[in-house]
Amino acid sequence: MASPPATTSSNSITRRFDALKKESRRALVCYVTAGHPDVGRSLETLRALEDGGADIIELGVPFSDPIADGPVIQASSQQALEKGMTYDGVLALLERAKPRVPVVLFSYLNPILAAGPDALTRAADAGASGILVTDIPVGADPAREEWLGASPLAFIRLVAPTTPGARMAEIARHGSGFVYLISRLGVTGVQQTTAASLPETIQRLRSTTTLPICVGFGISTPEQARSVGKLADGVVVGSALVSAAEHGPEDVLKLTRSLREALDD
Amino acid sequence: MATETHHRFGAFGGQYVPETLIPALDELDAAFAQAIRDPEFQRELDRLLKEYVGRPSPLSTAPRLSQAVGCDVYLKREDLNHTGAHKINSALAQALLAQRMGKRRIIAETGAGQHGVATATVCARFGLDCTVYMGEEDMRRQELNVYRMRLMGAKVVPVLSGTRTLKDATSEAIRDWVTNVNDSYYIIGSVVGPAPYPRMVRDFQSVIGREAKAQMLETAGRAPSSVVACVGGGSNAMGIFHAFVPDLAVELVGVEAAGRGLDSGEHSASLQRGVPGVLHGSLSYLLQDESGQVHPAHSISAGLDYPGVGPEHSYLKETGRALYVSVTDDEAVEGLGMLGRLEGIIPALETSHAVAWVVKEKERWNKGDAVLICISGRGDKDLAQITEMGLLPA
Repeated sequence: MASPPATTSSNSITRRFDALKKESRRALVCYVTAGHPDVGRSLETLRALEDGGADIIELGVPFSDPIADGPVIQASSQQALEKGMTYDGVLALLERAKPRVPVVLFSYLNPILAAGPDALTRAADAGASGILVTDIPVGADPAREEWLGASPLAFIRLVAPTTPGARMAEIARHGSGFVYLISRLGVTGVQQTTAASLPETIQRLRSTTTLPICVGFGISTPEQARSVGKLADGVVVGSALVSAAEHGPEDVLKLTRSLREALDD
Repeated sequence: MATETHHRFGAFGGQYVPETLIPALDELDAAFAQAIRDPEFQRELDRLLKEYVGRPSPLSTAPRLSQAVGCDVYLKREDLNHTGAHKINSALAQALLAQRMGKRRIIAETGAGQHGVATATVCARFGLDCTVYMGEEDMRRQELNVYRMRLMGAKVVPVLSGTRTLKDATSEAIRDWVTNVNDSYYIIGSVVGPAPYPRMVRDFQSVIGREAKAQMLETAGRAPSSVVACVGGGSNAMGIFHAFVPDLAVELVGVEAAGRGLDSGEHSASLQRGVPGVLHGSLSYLLQDESGQVHPAHSISAGLDYPGVGPEHSYLKETGRALYVSVTDDEAVEGLGMLGRLEGIIPALETSHAVAWVVKEKERWNKGDAVLICISGRGDKDLAQITEMGLLPA
């Protein structure tokens, strides 16, 4: 099977940020776990994210041992796996959903490796625009990083609050689409407050890269989104949306809309 | 043939972790490199290994077991260490390292509880704050060790996610470390995890093989023909293998847990039935399904009940330097009873796998062979479990 050229898909993320920039708006990046609570409701969740005003959707590929995730995303992954979700299942879901906004696959490395050498081109064919891998830090595995970097997908890299300045530049140089800045130490999950060091970390990162900066981990409320949106180019909301998805698409729509309004304020 | 590099053993190993941990691993790497070059660190470690752990551990002859299997069998007695297993060798060294690094809060994961006990012990000795993650299922199987840890002041946190065993306890310990990375030191219990852990834990455990090599010459006047150890994550095996790896005449055998049988789907034989994959920070043989999800392991022994294995074992397998075999739950229990009856030594269920394989394979041994078994731990912790299962002779 010949795969069609997918050279434009990664640019859709860039185009989205360019458009937002012209309007002086911030990106709302929404994470949900594929296949949670089940495939049918996962489709409705994706629709609700689009309708609610998400700019980019991060679609989580469930993994049995998500070491970077807190209890909410762990449970959603477990639930999706119990319903039989796989990497191929995630791509099938994506093909059915055909979201109008760019989709970034959010995964651990092992399911991608198991999906084989054509995993990334197949993802692009299914409509994905980017890929983010939680457990392949810059320099960890040059051959596989090159594979990820050379695919049709934008390769989104993560920066942590512990990352030194020189390494931030290195990370940004090896990534595309945007840089995902982890707001605080720890795993994913709802937090009451954002880290006090965040403005300083964003500033340090800003000085090393021209890529848009999106901040995630612990952002759950419109108030948090608004305050982080003042500092960054976008905010990522995950666990709160996953909890909403547990209740149903109406909750997802409601939360997404309120996040959108807060960001656009 | 690719060899050992800073982060890898051939293609295996690496640092597949969230970005947050990279600076902490760099810091650990530097502190470890500095410590092992510091004669003062080595002197202090040697002193404590002698006066607190009770090293060197003896090498015992095993006359009745030797007779039963038809060759000379020698036992490296890690069961006689303080706390009853080899785990304290590395826990002690890492606690010293943590103190050098100014970290006063210690995190550990444990399966059978032996590493948790060893960590709780050294934390008590040095006055360090200790949190141990343990799967709820393992807490039930190894209740005695939970009491021991708590008695020494450690906080034991039950892990309720996933399979509620060692795999999930390890994930939870990593999550704690990501959250508290600035003031906490993670004492990993085996030769697993991201670099530099597999190499560091091996180096700290390699005292087993160094001693055994000298003791064999002294006691038997020769090197062993085979060295046999059980493999879960594989720290006692790497510990006893390491000194012998360059001696190509010495056969190295790692015994995995075949659980209810290699074809039952319920085992922990990662090296024999797994394929390379990434779990807990390193690339190594892994029990997983075709879509890359980790397949739950099974073993009667909580310490071997792990779907991954240390990356250096994957390397020794691929290069053919070590042979990996397995015995079932039932055979392991038989091995435990046999060493008790024949030598008056009750080994841990983990260790019993190594004993059981030597017994099971007795037709492969010739009269002149000298088989060295690593008795990695004592079996007291397992007696309640095997009594409950009705596996003790009346």
